Amino acid sequence: MASTLHSALQNLRDRKVWKSIFRRGPANTNRTRSLAVFGNLFLHWLPVKVREKSLRVRASYYLGSVSFILFIVLFVTGILLMFYYHPAAPHAYRDMKDLQFVVSNGVFLRNLHRLAAHLMVFAVFWHMFHVFYRGGYKPPHEFNWVVGVVLLLVTLLLSYTGYLLPWDQLAFWAVTVGTNIISAMPFVGDKIRFLLLGGNIVGENALLRFYVLHVVILPLVAFLLIGIHFWRVQKDGGLTVKPKDDDGKE
Amino acid sequence: MSETKHPSFPGVPFSGDAVNEITRRDFLNEITLGALGIAGLGSVAVTYQFFSPNVLFEPPTTFRAGNPDLYPIHSVTFLQDQQVYIVRMPEGFYAVSAVCTHLGCVTEWKPDADMIACPCHGSKFKADGTKIEGPAPRPLPHFAISVTPDGELLVDKLQNIKPAQVLKV
Repeated sequence: MASTLHSALQNLRDRKVWKSIFRRGPANTNRTRSLAVFGNLFLHWLPVKVREKSLRVRASYYLGSVSFILFIVLFVTGILLMFYYHPAAPHAYRDMKDLQFVVSNGVFLRNLHRLAAHLMVFAVFWHMFHVFYRGGYKPPHEFNWVVGVVLLLVTLLLSYTGYLLPWDQLAFWAVTVGTNIISAMPFVGDKIRFLLLGGNIVGENALLRFYVLHVVILPLVAFLLIGIHFWRVQKDGGLTVKPKDDDGKE
Repeated sequence: MSETKHPSFPGVPFSGDAVNEITRRDFLNEITLGALGIAGLGSVAVTYQFFSPNVLFEPPTTFRAGNPDLYPIHSVTFLQDQQVYIVRMPEGFYAVSAVCTHLGCVTEWKPDADMIACPCHGSKFKADGTKIEGPAPRPLPHFAISVTPDGELLVDKLQNIKPAQVLKV
C-alpha cells in the first residue's frame, strides 16, 4: 500500500506539470531544502535555517505566530460574516441578530470572530511585552520594533472600527465617546471627527466609513506590515535569544 | 582657455562650470518631480473634498417644544428625542443641553438630588447647567430659546447663548 502511494507520488513528480510548478528535485539535500524555501512565495520570507533554541517555547512563547494565526482566523470568519451583513441602518443590527438566531452556525462564526478579536489584542500586547523584556527592540531590530508598534495600533484600530458594526447601544456610545476624544485634539480634532463620521453625529455615514476601514483599508495595511515584519525578522538575523537560558542550557 | 569635456556628453562643448550647468536629464527629472508633486498635492486636496459630505441627512437642529403652559414653574423637563432640558424657573425659561461636555454621553435629571448626572463618567451639573463636579471640562451650554408667533417654544441647538439670558413668557 505504502509503496503504491510512494510510486504514485514519484510518478506525479516526474510529470511535466509538476516540474513546471516546482522547479526542483526532491528536497533531500541542504541545497534543495533551501531552494524549497527560497522558491516558494509563502515561505521565502522565513529563514532557511533556524537555531534550535529559537524554536523553544520560552524563546518567544510563539506569541507572534499566535497573533498571526488569530489574524487569519479573523480574516476568514470576517469574510464569511460579510455575506450576511449590510453596513446600513437599520439592517446592520438586524443582520447581527439574524447571524445569532437565524443563520446556520452564524452564532458560532460571529463569536469566533469576536473572541478571536479579543484574544488578538491580548496576544499582540503580550507579544510586545515579551519582545520588550527580551530586549528585542535593540539593534539591529529597531525598525522591526517600530513596525510592530504600528501593527499594535492597527490591531487596536481594527478592534475599534469593528466595535461599531453591530450597531447596538454599546457600539453607538463607544464610538460617540471615542470620536469625542478625537475632537479634543487641538485645531484639527473637530475636522478629523467630521471626516471619520462623515457628519456631525454617529449615523449611517459613520457606519459605512467604519465598515470600509474595518474590512478593506485596515486589513490591507495589516497584511502589508505583517509581510514586512516577518521578512525583517529573517533579514535582521532571526530572533533575539539569550546566550544561555535560565536552566543553563545553550 | 582650454575647453573641458562635458561630464555627461563628451562630444558637446562645455564651459567647465559644472555647478551651474543643468543637463537635460536633470532638467527632465526636476520637471517630472515637480509635475508629480503638484498632481499629488492636487489629489490630496480633491480626496479631502470627496470625503467631506456636502449634504447631510441628520435630524434638524431647531425644534418646537410645545406650549409654555406645558411646563410648570420650578420644573426640569427632559426631551429625550432632542437631548435637551427645558427648565422653567420663576424668572423664565431656558434650554440646557443634555449632552455631557466631557465625551458626549446623554445626561439624566435626578429630581431627588436636584442635579443633572452623567452615567458614563460621573459628571454632575446643577439644573442651570453649571458644573458641580468633573470630569466634564465645561458647564452644559444653553441653547437659544424663543416663542413662535403661534405661541410655541422654539429651541435652536446650533446657537449657544449666555446662561444669564432667560426667556420671559
